Amino acid sequence: MTNPTEAVAAQSPVQTDVIIVGAGPVGLFAVFELGLGDMKCHLVDILDRPGGQCAELYPEKPIYDIPAVPVCTGTELTERLMEQIKPFHPTFHFGQMAEKLQKTAEGKWQLTTDRGTVLEAPVVVVAAGGGSFMPKKPPIKGIDDYEGTSVFYAVRKMEAFRGKNLVIAGGGDSALDWALNLQPLAKRITLIHRRDEFRAAPDSVSKMRALVAEGKMDLKIANLTSVSGADGQLASVTLVEEGKEPYQLPCDSMLAFYGLTMKLGPVATFGIGLHENLIPVDTSTFETNVPTIFAIGDINTYPGKMKLILSGFHEAALMAKKAFAIVHPDRRYRFQYTTSSSDLQHKLGVDAA
Amino acid sequence: MHVYCTDLDGKTHELQATDEWTVMEIIREGGIPILAQCGGSCACATCHVYVDPSWKSKLPEPSEEEVGMLDGAFEVTQDSRLACQITFNKDLDGLKISLAPGSV
Ligand SMILES: Cc1cc2nc3c(=O)[nH]c(=O)nc-3n(C[C@H](O)[C@H](O)[C@H](O)COP(=O)(O)OP(=O)(O)OC[C@H]3O[C@@H](n4cnc5c(N)ncnc54)[C@H](O)[C@@H]3O)c2cc1C
Ligand code: FES
Repeated sequence: MTNPTEAVAAQSPVQTDVIIVGAGPVGLFAVFELGLGDMKCHLVDILDRPGGQCAELYPEKPIYDIPAVPVCTGTELTERLMEQIKPFHPTFHFGQMAEKLQKTAEGKWQLTTDRGTVLEAPVVVVAAGGGSFMPKKPPIKGIDDYEGTSVFYAVRKMEAFRGKNLVIAGGGDSALDWALNLQPLAKRITLIHRRDEFRAAPDSVSKMRALVAEGKMDLKIANLTSVSGADGQLASVTLVEEGKEPYQLPCDSMLAFYGLTMKLGPVATFGIGLHENLIPVDTSTFETNVPTIFAIGDINTYPGKMKLILSGFHEAALMAKKAFAIVHPDRRYRFQYTTSSSDLQHKLGVDAA
Repeated sequence: MHVYCTDLDGKTHELQATDEWTVMEIIREGGIPILAQCGGSCACATCHVYVDPSWKSKLPEPSEEEVGMLDGAFEVTQDSRLACQITFNKDLDGLKISLAPGSV
């Protein structure tokens, strides 16, 4: 993987049949339907693992409306889909934002990620769901002025925090893990959380509390209400403890971990027609207003649309039929059942031979 | 039956309230933009509201899950609740809430 802090060098394009933007449940099932039609897929997702909303927002919660699966959790659904698409050997590009989509001279689509991965294919499937997952930014006035210089939402390089007077905001695993990992490097770490309870691995919580007790880091139970400094350099943050006067805490860097939120992101710049941040499609093929670009799952809209996983699965099947005609123009599409087709069973690796 | 919702500009809206609906749904149906990104599953904290102190005692206590989810909200106070976790009923007619930062 390319180091994001280095200049992104454009790599030579990887050729494939279909580029899928988004590895949520619908993007994953698309691999299956496309695979039955001999189409090889590359998937790009900003998350570091498959599953989209199921993996990020409700891994442990039960889903009851997947046909023939009375109950499974978000994680289980993702694992089962990964199992189901295994025979088709999809390639995943995780932790990367699909950023730019262009037409090549040969009429293919070229997709470039923020890490410099370049993919080329005749078909693009946008399965971007509710948008790409991005860190939640505190709604603090002027915080943008410091982003990337002294306010961060992720750790790219630990060394960047050496000798810093660092404030870490949040009460989950990310906040706790980074507080523990950066404590030996930073000059001083202050963990700020709104309550004296943490939703993180108990072991990390007790390690953190031990460091606080030994005087090796600070813990403030407070709300962070403003930031101040100059020229992108943070000088202090304002903290409010319940029932007390606000006060300033001097610091030179801040890491904020309030979880992730979904934002449409670069898909808006792909040149596909949008309606209220959703992509209108033709419901017989799930093609967008740009031929050979499809949109399936939560990201699309059409009369009667319901944002359900099962709708996305159906959309994937119809999309794959049209994609077949584009990827294999010289072949005739053949409708077959997985139950009875030895050809499909061979592709799935379950044939008797 | 009504819910009074004050938006981030300080404007108060009188919203038609329906029995058994969540306050998040009542706000959304009333045409007030509220993110409520997870659709009411207590999984996103983008339906964060402040309940008027005079109404707090009339609401059931938040679940542990709701309190935990509020960690992902901003400027949380003792009046903070997730609107998708408050179910409206006739005893709440006149409920006053205000939207919190990060929920629109
Ligand atoms: C708490 C909760 C409970 C739910 N319960 C149910 C239920 O019981 N039944 C049901 O049917 N549905 C349920 N849903 C809805 C269901 O999860 C969604 O319909 C489903 O996840 C949509 O799948 P998707 O693949 O279209 O999109 P998503 O799951 O949103 O995945 C899209 C992926 O695309 C990625 N992405 C987007 N843009 C880019 C980009 N430019 N570059 C890189 N990556 C990008 C995102 O990071 C994300 O991982 C629930 C949702 C929530 C939040
Ligand atoms: S709508 Fe997501 S927590 Fe209420």
